[in-house]
Amino acid sequence: MSEAGKQVEPFVFHTENQLVVLTGRKARNAAEMLSQLTEVSGSSIFYHTHYLYLSHHFEKPPFYNDFAKWVSEALQEERLAERLAAIDMLAIPSIRQLREEIVAVFRRHLDDGGESREAPRGDEFHFCESKSFIMPTGLVAQDLPEFFSQIAEVSTSCIHFHFFEARLRLERPTNDFSQWLNDRGEERLARRIDRLNAYAMTLDELKAEIVKLGRRYRRSDGGNA
Amino acid sequence: MAVTLEDYREIVGPGVIEELHTLADRVRGRVIQNINSTSVGGGVAEILTRLIPLMRELGIDARWDVIKGDQAFFNVTKAFHNALHGKPEEISAEMFDVFRANTEMNLRETEITGDVVFIHDPQPAGLIQRKAEIGRRWVWRCHIDVSAPQANVWNFLREHVEKYDAAMFSMPDFAQRLSIPQFRVSPSIDPLSDKNKPLEKSAIEKVLEKYQIDRRRPLLTQISRFDRLKDPLGVIAAYQLVKKRHSRCQLVLAGGGATDDPEGEAVLREVREAAGADPDIHVLLLPPFSDLEINALVRASTIVLQKSIKEGFGLTVSEALWKKKPVIGGAVGGIKLQIINGVTGYLTHSPEGAANRISELLRDSKLRERMGENGYQHVRQNFLVTVNVKNYLLIMLALDHAGESIVNLN
Repeated sequence: MSEAGKQVEPFVFHTENQLVVLTGRKARNAAEMLSQLTEVSGSSIFYHTHYLYLSHHFEKPPFYNDFAKWVSEALQEERLAERLAAIDMLAIPSIRQLREEIVAVFRRHLDDGGESREAPRGDEFHFCESKSFIMPTGLVAQDLPEFFSQIAEVSTSCIHFHFFEARLRLERPTNDFSQWLNDRGEERLARRIDRLNAYAMTLDELKAEIVKLGRRYRRSDGGNA
Repeated sequence: MAVTLEDYREIVGPGVIEELHTLADRVRGRVIQNINSTSVGGGVAEILTRLIPLMRELGIDARWDVIKGDQAFFNVTKAFHNALHGKPEEISAEMFDVFRANTEMNLRETEITGDVVFIHDPQPAGLIQRKAEIGRRWVWRCHIDVSAPQANVWNFLREHVEKYDAAMFSMPDFAQRLSIPQFRVSPSIDPLSDKNKPLEKSAIEKVLEKYQIDRRRPLLTQISRFDRLKDPLGVIAAYQLVKKRHSRCQLVLAGGGATDDPEGEAVLREVREAAGADPDIHVLLLPPFSDLEINALVRASTIVLQKSIKEGFGLTVSEALWKKKPVIGGAVGGIKLQIINGVTGYLTHSPEGAANRISELLRDSKLRERMGENGYQHVRQNFLVTVNVKNYLLIMLALDHAGESIVNLN
């Protein structure tokens, strides 16, 4: 363990519960979607790009990004759906930038003369927002071994909060786990967790990957240092 | 023996129960009053019958009161209900007067004891008039689809609704754009009710024997009342297409009574005609209180169908998913929230589409197993009564933190 690590606060695992807020706003085609996207709250952008990770953590759906899902299923504009799904979420540090990326994809589609198909009645896009309630889980890690053994125990909501909410909604520089490890002088391990492509796996898989990195670390020199 | 919160621990996991206790601690001390229009019969009464005892077990003073009304009032509210659903109804000035008069009577006779008052559906919505005088927190829980209502009834109701502190809807498609915060709260199933609890193999076999269904052959099932909107004829058409390639396949169409519903009787007749002499199609008109038999039929099924053309929430889908059955359904209403296309089942738009998906699933037992497991997890996370309890608790907390998108409950 590094010297710097000794002064670091323990890691407090939090969990979240989400209430889905209905905005009453809807879009029937790409043009309406573009116009609404510039007006809805950041919570709405976050909700439609992240809630599926929470509710479908057991299996990967075809799209995690709700906008891509709607474009594919309701408008059947596969090219646009693919472009939306390909937005590199890991490279985006804030909701503001995420909104700009999504807006840019829709704008490009419309500027390129892309069709503005109408969603069938009943398949309109309904904008929602998430209202998140953050609570401590009661688990607190004083050191690395505790940290990794407790991560194996926490719920997927806990992983969702520390990975997604913390970075994008609270605009912290990285996920909370990497931040804490960094503060303890464990930069390499922090970087490895930061590099995990959380958007390409289920939350259960993400948790398993973090646990695996911890196990590998304990077996390596780092763990004995 | 009455079901207790502890009975759910094994089903939902200890973490969920602990979380409910933690959230309940934060609202303890407040009286939660629910008010609706009937204590028995109907979905709302069924939900409250489960919710109230669970909340009390969490140490919350949860109460349930029912408004009064004469026959004229309930005739009017039935017409309002249809009009709010978008069905054309003649609503006269006298009918609005009947509603107002009954609301006045209930304003005098219903004691508001709650610190937070949940008013269910349009019938008691006018009780909000007490808010100006006594304050408290008021939430309108709308269980119906008001997305395309008849304007005169909605405008009348909206005046009341917008005085509430918040509203709750089952899904975004059912809601209206309102000036008050609105939350989505899905309806839920109870995993310990007769319709959903685990059954002994022998109990399932007894039901199959009773209806002469061969347990060794694949079984497709749709549970729904005999109503054109549930598309039972489309289900038979899909089955007949499948039957050409899977000759061992059987179909059960089972649903509740059509005795006082002339259209239901006509649909049942058409269904029987379409079934013709095929001994592998079982059209079962089940009497009330057949929950255990429905449970057994679904558990015995290979694939469950809910091929509706129009649907409210369609909790029959969650009931089947909970039993680890892949579900093929129409892409309408709440079915779209329950069937994750390709994950918990398939959304289809025609008998041909349904037939293709049925064949695909009949050929692939591993796929059925995986979808069944996904469906079970999906319901466990989103559509169980414990999730419903949690949402009520969160809404009470949300009222304390209006305008905050992230609420820190440290």
